[in-house]
Amino acid sequence: MKEKIIIVGNGMTAVKFCQKMVDANLLDKFDLTVVGEEPHYGYDRVHLTSYYTGTSVKELHLAPKEWYNENGIEVIKNTKVIDLDKIKKTVLLDNENVLNYDILVLATGSSAFVPPIEGREKDGVFVYRTIYDLSLIKEYVKEAKKGVVIGGGLLGLEAAKAIMDDGIESTIIERSPWLMGRQLDKRGASFLHKKLDAHGLNIITDTNIARFTGDDKVTGVEFIDGTSIDTDIVIISSGIKARDELAIKAGLEVGKAGGILVDEGMQTTYPGIYAIGECALAMGMIWGLVAPCYEMAEVLVERLKGNEKSFIGSDMSTKLKLIGADVASFGDALGMAEDCIPLMLENKFTHVYKRINISPDGKYLLGGILVGDASDYNMLLQIYKNKILLPPNPESLLTGASQGGGFKLSVLDLADNAVICSCEGVTKGKICAAIENDDVTSVAGLKKCTKAGTGCGGCVPMVDDILTATLKKQGKEVKKVICEHFEFTRQELYDIVKMEGIKTFSDLLHKKGHGAGCEICKPLTASLLASIWNEPIVKHQQIQDTNDKFLANIQRGGTYSIVPRIPGGEITPEKLEAIGRIGKKYDLYCKITGGQRIDLFGARVDQLPVIWEELINEGFESGHAYGKSLRTVKSCVGSTWCRFGLHDSVSFAIEIENRYKGLRSPHKLKGGVSGCVRECAEARGKDFGIIASEKGWNLFVCGNGGANPAHAQLLASDITAETCIQYLDRFLMYYIKTASPLTRTSKWLDGLEGGMDYLKEVVINDSLGMAEQFEKDMQLLVDTYKCEWKEVVENSELRNKFKAFANSDEPDSNIKFVSMRNQKMPTPW
Amino acid sequence: MTSTTNIITPAKAIIWHKTVKTIDIPQNGGVAVLIDGQQIAIFNFTEKGEWYACQNLCPHKMEMALSRGLIGDANGEPKVACPFHKKSFSLETGECLNDSCNNINVFPVKIEDDFVFVGL
Repeated sequence: MKEKIIIVGNGMTAVKFCQKMVDANLLDKFDLTVVGEEPHYGYDRVHLTSYYTGTSVKELHLAPKEWYNENGIEVIKNTKVIDLDKIKKTVLLDNENVLNYDILVLATGSSAFVPPIEGREKDGVFVYRTIYDLSLIKEYVKEAKKGVVIGGGLLGLEAAKAIMDDGIESTIIERSPWLMGRQLDKRGASFLHKKLDAHGLNIITDTNIARFTGDDKVTGVEFIDGTSIDTDIVIISSGIKARDELAIKAGLEVGKAGGILVDEGMQTTYPGIYAIGECALAMGMIWGLVAPCYEMAEVLVERLKGNEKSFIGSDMSTKLKLIGADVASFGDALGMAEDCIPLMLENKFTHVYKRINISPDGKYLLGGILVGDASDYNMLLQIYKNKILLPPNPESLLTGASQGGGFKLSVLDLADNAVICSCEGVTKGKICAAIENDDVTSVAGLKKCTKAGTGCGGCVPMVDDILTATLKKQGKEVKKVICEHFEFTRQELYDIVKMEGIKTFSDLLHKKGHGAGCEICKPLTASLLASIWNEPIVKHQQIQDTNDKFLANIQRGGTYSIVPRIPGGEITPEKLEAIGRIGKKYDLYCKITGGQRIDLFGARVDQLPVIWEELINEGFESGHAYGKSLRTVKSCVGSTWCRFGLHDSVSFAIEIENRYKGLRSPHKLKGGVSGCVRECAEARGKDFGIIASEKGWNLFVCGNGGANPAHAQLLASDITAETCIQYLDRFLMYYIKTASPLTRTSKWLDGLEGGMDYLKEVVINDSLGMAEQFEKDMQLLVDTYKCEWKEVVENSELRNKFKAFANSDEPDSNIKFVSMRNQKMPTPW
Repeated sequence: MTSTTNIITPAKAIIWHKTVKTIDIPQNGGVAVLIDGQQIAIFNFTEKGEWYACQNLCPHKMEMALSRGLIGDANGEPKVACPFHKKSFSLETGECLNDSCNNINVFPVKIEDDFVFVGL
C-alpha cells in the first residue's frame, strides 16, 4: 500500500519537490496530491516581472499539466486548505472536502508583508507577489502617471522597473538608510543609487511613511515629517511574511516573527508534518531565495528515501540587472565574519564599485559585492564556493579578467564537485558527464538534460565555458555558427561566397543554408557580398538592415539622418554654406559629429533622394554613416598650419579616407592621422591610427572608443606613406576576411591566437603568404567604388522605393517633432 | 485569466481592401500601405511563397516601422524583426517571439488579378 503525501501549496518549492520525487523514483512508494490556492499550475515566481512585460502564464509554468498527468500526481487548483487535524491526519479544503494523508508537506510559501500604514486599504495600493497582483497593477497603471514603490529591496526595484517601463514616473521609498540593505553595504548602495537616479528613478531613503492619502483612491504618500508626494498608484514590496496560519491553527510551533519551525530534516514540531520553502523557519531564519528552498525540497526527498541528509543553510548569492545597473552579492557580502579583510575598488568615473571580503590569512574569499560591473560574478562565486586558494595579490580579483586584471579562473581549474548552478545544485561533474557520455553539444541541450542554468540563469556563461572547454578536450570543434539558418562561421561563409562565386542571398541560402533566413544572416550576407564583390548594396536591398536599406541612419521617430562625406574633416566655406542651405531648406536638425563631419537629422524617407540630389550637385558623396563600413579618417591640422606638425596629416587622411570609403567590413571602421606625437586626431582611439614620426609614419591598429575603449597598438614604425597603405590594405582585408560579425578590430585582436606578434607576422612578414592576395582584393574594392547615393539619385526605379507608402504619395503623418534650442527634435519615447 | 493577445479575430465579415500591384512589393521584402488612414505592413515572402500583412506599428517603442524590418523565420515560423531594436513578431499569429513585447495584429492577404488585397 502506497503512502499518501499531501503537499499544501503549489509554488516553486512544491513543484521542485514533486520533480525530485519523480527523479528519485519514489512515486511507486508514495502517492502525491498537491493543493494550491492559485488558479494556475506552479509558476516561476523569480521571473514574475516578465509576466508584466508580456510573457504568458503558460511560459512561466514550471511543469506542464501533461507532466503531472504522466506521473500520476494529482493537482487541485484554486483550492485552499483551511484546517488540518494532525491526530486524524486529515486536511479540510475550502470546498468542504476532507482529504486523508500519511505525510503532510507544508509548502505554503509567503505573502507580501504589508506594513500597517494608514490608508493601505485604498484603491490603487497593491502588493507585488502573484500573477493576480501583477494583472491588477497592469490594468490600474493604464490610468496612472506617477507611481510609488514601497521597499527598496530586490523585488521593490524590479517592481519599480516594471512600471517605469510603462512610462510611469516612479519613486522608490525605502525606510532604511540605503537600498538593498541585505545585499549591499552603504557605499555599494550609493553607487547603485546614482545609477538608478541617472535612469530617472526617484529614490527616497531613510524615511517613515505616515499615511497614504486620498479619498477612495490613493493620491499621495505623506511622511511623518509632514512632507508628502503625489502618486496615482502604490506598490508595496516591503518583504515577505511566511504563510504559517495553517500551522498555527494546528498548534505547530512557529517563530516569533513567523515561519514554521523545522529541524534539519525539515520536520515541524509534529512528526509526519514537514515544512519546506519560504514558509519554513530553518536554522532560525526564513530563506527567501529559490536556491535554499530547492535545497529544502532536496533534503526532504532524501529523508523520504531513508537517507540522513540535513539542511545546513544555503547560498544566498544573487546577481541581477536593474534598470541598467548590474548588481551582485555573494557569500558574506557585508563582511560580518570576525577579522575578515575587505578590499574595495571604487571607480567613480565608470560608476563601478567592487568589494571582496577575504579571510584574515589572505587565503580565501568569503564574500563580496559588485555594483555597475558584475561580469566577474561567476568567477568570484566559484572561487568563494569552492574555497580556491587566492593568489598572493588578491586585489587582482577586483580588476578582474574582464579589465585585463591578473587573475583569470579557468573552468578547467574547478573540481568536479564544484557547484556551477546553485539554483538547481548542478555540479561541474554532472555537466561534463552530460557532454562526455550523453553527447550533449549545446547549452540548450545541457539545460534540458541537467537543468543547469534554468533557475536564475546567472551561470549560463559558465555552462557555456564548460561546454566549450570539454568539447575542446575531446578534440571536437566548437563552432560559433551565425544563426539557425547556416551551420557556418562568418569566416567560412566568406570563403564559400568567394570560392563558389555566390552573388545573392537566396543562392547562398539554397546551396548552403536552410529555412528562410533572418535578421542576422541576411545583413551578414549583404556585408560579405559587399566586401567581396563590391556591387552596389542597393542591389541587395531586401537583405540589408534598415540603415543600409535606405542608405541613412534610422532615428527615434522613424526619420533618418544624413551624413555627407567630408574627408579628413576638411571643408570649403562654399560647401559648408551648401550644407547650411540644404539643412535650412528641409528643416533638418544639425549636429557636428565626433568624426569631423556634419549630421543632418529628421529627414523623412521620401525626402532622402531629393536631399541627396542637392548634396551631390554640390559635390558631396555618401558618408556611409549607415553602414558597417569605413566612417571617417579624422585628422589634426598638420604641418601645413600647425607650428608643431611634422607631416601633412590632413592630406594623408584625405588620401586614406578616399581610398577606403565605402569599404564594407564586419563592423564600422574608423581611422585617424596625427601630424605629431601630440596626437590631436586621437588616432590611437581608432581601428587604425597613423602618427607622424621624425622619420615617417607610425602605424597603430585595433583601437576603438565606445563602451570598452582600447588604445591602438603599434604595428610598424617609421614607415613611408606607401608602405603604410600597403600594410593597411593587408591588415584590413585580413580583418574583413576573418572577424566574426559585429566584432570591432580590438575584440578581433583579443581573440587572435598569438595576438599582436602574430598580426605583425601576417601583415609585415607575410607569414600566411596571403599579402599579395589581400592587396589585390583591396585594390578591386578601391577600383570598383561608387557612391551609393549617386546610383539611387540617378535611377528612377531605385528612387521610387524611398516613399512612406506603396499605395500613396502622402508622407507619414505619424512623424511629429518638438522644438528644442531653436531646432526640431523627435517627440520623446 | 489568460495572457495578453491582441490578435483580432474579426467578428464581422472581412472587408478586403485593394492595395498595390504584386510587383510593387519586392521579393522577400515589405512595404507600408495606407488603408483608411491606417498603416499596414505587407510582406511578399517569396522564400515561403506566402503573403503576410500586419500592423506597421511596433508595440515596443510605438514606431511605425515593421514594414521596414527584415523578414525571415525562426524554427520555421515566419517572422519580421523591427529595425529599431530587433523585436521579432510571428507573421502567422502576431506573437512577439523574443520576450517582453505585446503582440501585433496580423491580417489575411489574398492576391487577385495581380493585386494585393488585405482583409481588415
